[in-house]
Amino acid sequence: MTTQRGPAFAGLMIVLILLAFLVIPVVQVIHVAFQDPASGGLTLVNFVDFFRSSLFRESFVNSFYVAAMSVVVASIIALPLAYFTSRFNFAGAAIIQTLGFVPLIMPPFVGAVAMLLLFGENGSVNLLLDEHFGFTIPFMEGLNGVIFVQSIHYFPFILINLSAALNNVDRSMEESAQNLGARGFRLFRRIVFPLAMPGYVAGAALVFLKVFDDLGTPLLLNVNTMLAPQAYLRISSIGISDPMGYVISVILVVFSLFALWTSMLALKGKDYSTLQKGGGGMLKRDLRGGQRIAAYALILLILALVLSPHIGLTLLSFGTVWSYSPLPDAYTLEHYRMVFGSASEYITNTLLYAGLAASFDVILGTAIAYIVYRTGLRGRKWLDYIATASLAVPGVVLGIGYLRTYNDFNVPFLDKPLASWWVIIVVALTIRRLPYALRACVAALQQVSVMLEEAAQNLGATRSRTLWRVVVPLMSGGMIAGFVTSFATASVELSATIMLVSQESDAPLAFGIYEFMQSASGRGAGAALGIIAVVIVGLGTYLSHRVIERSHRQRTAERQIAEEVT
Amino acid sequence: MKNTRILISVLTGVLLGMSALAQALEGKLVVVTSYPPDTTTTFKKAFEKKYPGIKVEMLKKKTTAGVKYLQETAGNNTSDLFWASAPDAFEILKGDDLLQKYQTKVKGIPEKVGAFPINDPDGYYKGFAASGYGIMWNTRYLKAKKLPVPHEWEDLTKAVYHKHVGMSAPSRSGTTHLTVETVLQGKGWEDGWATWKAIAGNMKTVTERSFGVPDGVNSGQFGIGIVIDFFGLSSKASGFPVDFVYPSVTTLVPANIAIVNQAPHKEAAAAFIEFLLSDEGQALLLDPKIMRLPVNPKAYAKAPKGFPNPFKDNSIGSGVKFDLALSKSRYNVVNSLFDVMITYRLDDLRKAVKAIQDAEAALQGKNNPVAKQLLVEARNLVNAVPIDAAKASDKEFNAIFKKKRKKASTKITGRQAEIEQQWDAKVRANYARAEELANKARSML
Repeated sequence: MTTQRGPAFAGLMIVLILLAFLVIPVVQVIHVAFQDPASGGLTLVNFVDFFRSSLFRESFVNSFYVAAMSVVVASIIALPLAYFTSRFNFAGAAIIQTLGFVPLIMPPFVGAVAMLLLFGENGSVNLLLDEHFGFTIPFMEGLNGVIFVQSIHYFPFILINLSAALNNVDRSMEESAQNLGARGFRLFRRIVFPLAMPGYVAGAALVFLKVFDDLGTPLLLNVNTMLAPQAYLRISSIGISDPMGYVISVILVVFSLFALWTSMLALKGKDYSTLQKGGGGMLKRDLRGGQRIAAYALILLILALVLSPHIGLTLLSFGTVWSYSPLPDAYTLEHYRMVFGSASEYITNTLLYAGLAASFDVILGTAIAYIVYRTGLRGRKWLDYIATASLAVPGVVLGIGYLRTYNDFNVPFLDKPLASWWVIIVVALTIRRLPYALRACVAALQQVSVMLEEAAQNLGATRSRTLWRVVVPLMSGGMIAGFVTSFATASVELSATIMLVSQESDAPLAFGIYEFMQSASGRGAGAALGIIAVVIVGLGTYLSHRVIERSHRQRTAERQIAEEVT
Repeated sequence: MKNTRILISVLTGVLLGMSALAQALEGKLVVVTSYPPDTTTTFKKAFEKKYPGIKVEMLKKKTTAGVKYLQETAGNNTSDLFWASAPDAFEILKGDDLLQKYQTKVKGIPEKVGAFPINDPDGYYKGFAASGYGIMWNTRYLKAKKLPVPHEWEDLTKAVYHKHVGMSAPSRSGTTHLTVETVLQGKGWEDGWATWKAIAGNMKTVTERSFGVPDGVNSGQFGIGIVIDFFGLSSKASGFPVDFVYPSVTTLVPANIAIVNQAPHKEAAAAFIEFLLSDEGQALLLDPKIMRLPVNPKAYAKAPKGFPNPFKDNSIGSGVKFDLALSKSRYNVVNSLFDVMITYRLDDLRKAVKAIQDAEAALQGKNNPVAKQLLVEARNLVNAVPIDAAKASDKEFNAIFKKKRKKASTKITGRQAEIEQQWDAKVRANYARAEELANKARSML
């Protein structure tokens, strides 16, 4: 084993960052969970209250059910998209992958409004069904509505991680299986999918955790018998010192860690790494005529479904009045004109914040993944656990924690509190989106064989040189997946930023959308701003896909040349 | 971006330095507000036009988040004004010494609107507009479902409106709290809750945000909403097929503004308040996107036809003499009761009420005293409230629900979560039993 000093130093720095911007601010707020409401002494009585309350028990079961079902439905949506685009020569694979990713870029508030307008009890689909066939389908009712919206929103986590993993599967494995007679679905089920398992588990775990902890969707659908809404409602309506809200937060954090641990257990004891790299990815084949049509039809159907919130949002942004009718009454550009002046500042802020946050996330994520899976440092797993726990910390709690911890801390030379400097928003976004980048980086690292690093070191490369020249290039697909996920979701984040924006000129897009969506005449304008956000972030995603594709193709070509030469 | 921002601030600094000679006012004003951009930009533009040296920053926060923000940043305050609707938010800030007294110079504003004083009697916050709660509905929706237009709270309890009504929860929105409290005061504790439960039995949903209600009515998710007037009036003015009416039991309350304690730009803050209350500022309230009732009676001269005028039409907001002290004495208990009995158990309540409505319809025109008696029992079970009015205002009992933990010396027995669980168990059992009784009555008919 080479020296541990470098990784140990990096690990220490990460621990300090996590302590300063995650653990301490959160503890500042949630210590109330362990306080006796009457005397202020240390107690567990609040947890007893939690498990005694039938409402909370019911909420717990509902949250679990919704999260598990969302993983199932999201898998059904993501599997065909990932499989077809990475397995076959498919015109427009990059576009399909990008479009399949777009649902993540759904600004809060507008998504559910658009979905209600389309699928609600009196939404377009049901109004048409009722008019022509005399029945309606309750898409958006109760828990099923939450599952429906969540699966559509979060399936890209599975898609993007699974696609990255499929592109990393060793082609020779597949070829061996084919030589041994495996074909079609059997080949996928027995060889390809198991090899891509780390990517799938990473994505599925994220979907589960995100849905389990998500607040926005249930609230917008007015479903409040779930854990996260209960925590939020208690904190924001009963008051900041009500213990139950924080008890629920603690339970969310603990259960999220438990779920994460279970997902690690599922991958334990198996080796997913493959040796052959560089030309990687599965062999792309051509589809035959009939199959091609069927595959396209299936993909278009899925895309139409998952893009429906955006279709609704587009209609809303161009529509004048849309009320109890399948489509808006008339169309106008007025909403875009209305937001035109203010949009550019919001956009610059958003790109700056989300870009910085996602970059930090990938750096931290890669470092944590490397420390956890490639070094023998004691307690290294805790880095992963703590970083991931931020997924379960409600944004409001983090926001209030920052205000509490850093309001009296003045930034040198600027003479204003750190809590009201725009950088704090970047920090909040970095911490909140770190788990996404981390999972992607971990999955990518798990597919890199240690032997490659050992080979490099045997040839005399130092540890850091091995890291930079071997590990990071091989992980790049996963790192970019992580960057894109963090970037896109950070650009529409609201719950923590809403507490931290201290002047209008610092506000990001989601904040602007939220502002507009609070008034009857601002609905269209908010939707227009939402569409602008989706287009810009979507373009960014598409471009990064093109970059990956190109470097991928280049490497394949180089390898082929090398093969021909030998 | 940073560079341009620095450049701009340097430039404004230079400009300021020059204009400071001419004008004594500060160059900046930071307003923490819960109002939508329609309102804030309209006032910002008009104010900046009048005082070209002052740049107004509107910091948008939900009312509760705004209170939180001011509390957390008090040690290093950068905000000048707090501008929001709910008077109780101002009461909280006043109680925490976060507001500053101010004496307005504008003349001609009456002391009361409806039965409510316009300004804080202690002089901390000032009312600039009045608003009252009422019923809004989507005309297309009512026409398509062939529903009559409701006018009074009692109308909403009728079986025809089952699953067509929406409202927010009092714990979520200060103005909704006021409506709930108004009906409780107007009809008394027991009858008031009975009315709310009968209405809630017809509800489609309890929305999380108060704006969720007009949004739902505008888009047609549900047909009828219980909303604050300007939500209804401005939706209508924005072209949605909706309308609004004040029921006779309603209260008009002022929406307010106050200077934050140790505001960095006091003079500019004072100028903004004076502007808001001036004829010019009051007239802006009648902008179709804003549509709030001005507190200056003169402003109504320019109001559109059919716009309600509480200073002329005495029926608005005078049905109830709102008792602020009573409301304050049970504020958190009412919130908690509403959530336990209605928000979180809406499904159970709806089922029970539906069963009763069905049985009552079947009973119509028949004479079956046993069934009738069963239905009375069922109604009583639905209407039962876990505590009486005296207990709800009891000081010691309220201490359990206090937002802030009191000093360790104050003795409190019981915890909110514990009590809510007891209520919840009782309420659910009652709803289930009521449904059973109603079904039994129905089977007899």
